[in-house]
Amino acid sequence: MVTSESRTGGVVLSDLTKSYGEVQAVRGVTISIHPGETLALLGPNGAGKSTTIDMMLGLTRPDSGTVSLFGSSPAAAVQAGVVGGMLQTGSLLGYLSVRELVTMVASLYPHPLNVDEVLRLTGTTEIAERPTTKLSGGQTQRVRMAMALVADPELLVLDEPTAALDVEGRRDFWTAMRAVAARGKTVVFATHYLEEADAFADRIILMARGRIVADGPPTEIKARVGARTIRATLPGVDDTALSSLPGVMKADQRGDAFVLTCSDSASSDTALRALLLHYPQASDIEVRGAGLEEAFLDLTGDDGVESDEAPRP
Amino acid sequence: MKHLTYLRYELLRTIRNRRFLIFSLTFPLILYLTVAGAHKNLSLDGISFPLYYLSGMAAWGSMTAVVSSGARIAQERSVGWTRQLRITPLRTSDYFIAKILSGYLMALFSIVVLALAGSIIGVRLSAVQWLTMLGLLLVGLIPFAILGILVGHLVSVDTLGPVIGGGTSLMALLGGAYGPLATGGVFLAVVKYLPSYWLVQAGKSALGGGNAWPAQAWIVLAVWSIVSARVAARVYRRDTARVQ
Repeated sequence: MVTSESRTGGVVLSDLTKSYGEVQAVRGVTISIHPGETLALLGPNGAGKSTTIDMMLGLTRPDSGTVSLFGSSPAAAVQAGVVGGMLQTGSLLGYLSVRELVTMVASLYPHPLNVDEVLRLTGTTEIAERPTTKLSGGQTQRVRMAMALVADPELLVLDEPTAALDVEGRRDFWTAMRAVAARGKTVVFATHYLEEADAFADRIILMARGRIVADGPPTEIKARVGARTIRATLPGVDDTALSSLPGVMKADQRGDAFVLTCSDSASSDTALRALLLHYPQASDIEVRGAGLEEAFLDLTGDDGVESDEAPRP
Repeated sequence: MKHLTYLRYELLRTIRNRRFLIFSLTFPLILYLTVAGAHKNLSLDGISFPLYYLSGMAAWGSMTAVVSSGARIAQERSVGWTRQLRITPLRTSDYFIAKILSGYLMALFSIVVLALAGSIIGVRLSAVQWLTMLGLLLVGLIPFAILGILVGHLVSVDTLGPVIGGGTSLMALLGGAYGPLATGGVFLAVVKYLPSYWLVQAGKSALGGGNAWPAQAWIVLAVWSIVSARVAARVYRRDTARVQ
């Protein structure tokens, strides 16, 4: 039985490993998630995100290591109805309307939310009477979100929830999900959309090849590899002169413009001051923090080929 | 069964499934009316042909209903629905019970519709005889309900239709649902080890006397039920241990 006191334990994964035959899907993953935290598991396909989530939910038994959900085993937490999830694969159950399906799922939980409220929150009110098999990809995904939300779970686990959605669908999805997170629920989601993890999570865990390669708030993840670039239009200047400015790692010429790469925000500040001091004619200056995309490539040590494929358009 | 709302929607889904309805209700009914209707005054093994054939068709229709209901798990597995259910508080046993109950509901429909058709073309049984027939059918369906769940875990969606159609037809044929079997010899001795043989006998047993279920019927049905259940449990455990 999950008591309110044990819930303060949050979600604890200790040294999880899982192999499928020769393939080591997860090789020693330890994560401690505080109640109310929103955590993104970020990584390319095959990083071990889905296997980690399956072990977290008790769908897959780890080869070694333990999972504790608010002080209970995954099976006990699921039985107690404190877990809600959106799995990566899966279509909806047929021969039901959207409303009937959500009502059916709600009935399985001890303290479900009001079905109409959840339909409204997920933007599925207009399609509530439609058969579940006659929906678009985006609508299907919103119904699956409704099924996860109606449980009113303490822990909401989403395995690549927006993989099938277009840009607008993703934005709508996260708008609805923010409302949930705001209620103090613990949210864990897997994604390979870097901007999604950055925008929505309090904390990002980067996974690659079954291991955690970085763990921290989005800003910290970026700062750790935190390359910054300064772009400036500066005609008639030699790139070797620019690359010798303090804080600059390298300088690339792009026509009349230069791109100066700095290792972090402190060195880009230094470089910018030096640039303006020595080349006051520099114009059209732009300083950019590296996106998670670059952080990702750097931390996972990928050559970029795999990651180019990972984020779907 | 703790989750009545879940069961209600499961039954609703079953009733809305037209293909399911056609195979377990319409086919046996059409066959019954055409064959038995054409031989109303015939008598076989000392039983009026409409009753004789009612036993066969009720066995076939109800068998198809309970097997199909469990076998639909294959479809729910293929779309990831069973995985989704495993992260809800619904117990696996309740999931299976709901499948068995909806199969039985359809079986009951099938039996009632055929019984009505039978009484229209001249089957006359007392209330006790009707209830005996129904009771024996419901008991005889137990191994088929379990076999359905087993099939639902073994068979892919692509082969589900042929396996259900072929399997139930073969079982019905060998059990004597479509027509009289040999009255003796090795063949009869062998088919008496099939649960479908005794399911077909349920209707005739209702008349009592020499056709009532002997001890062998109960033993055959019990053994088929227990063995199917054990195999199904093993397959289920294997299935849930593997990544999907």
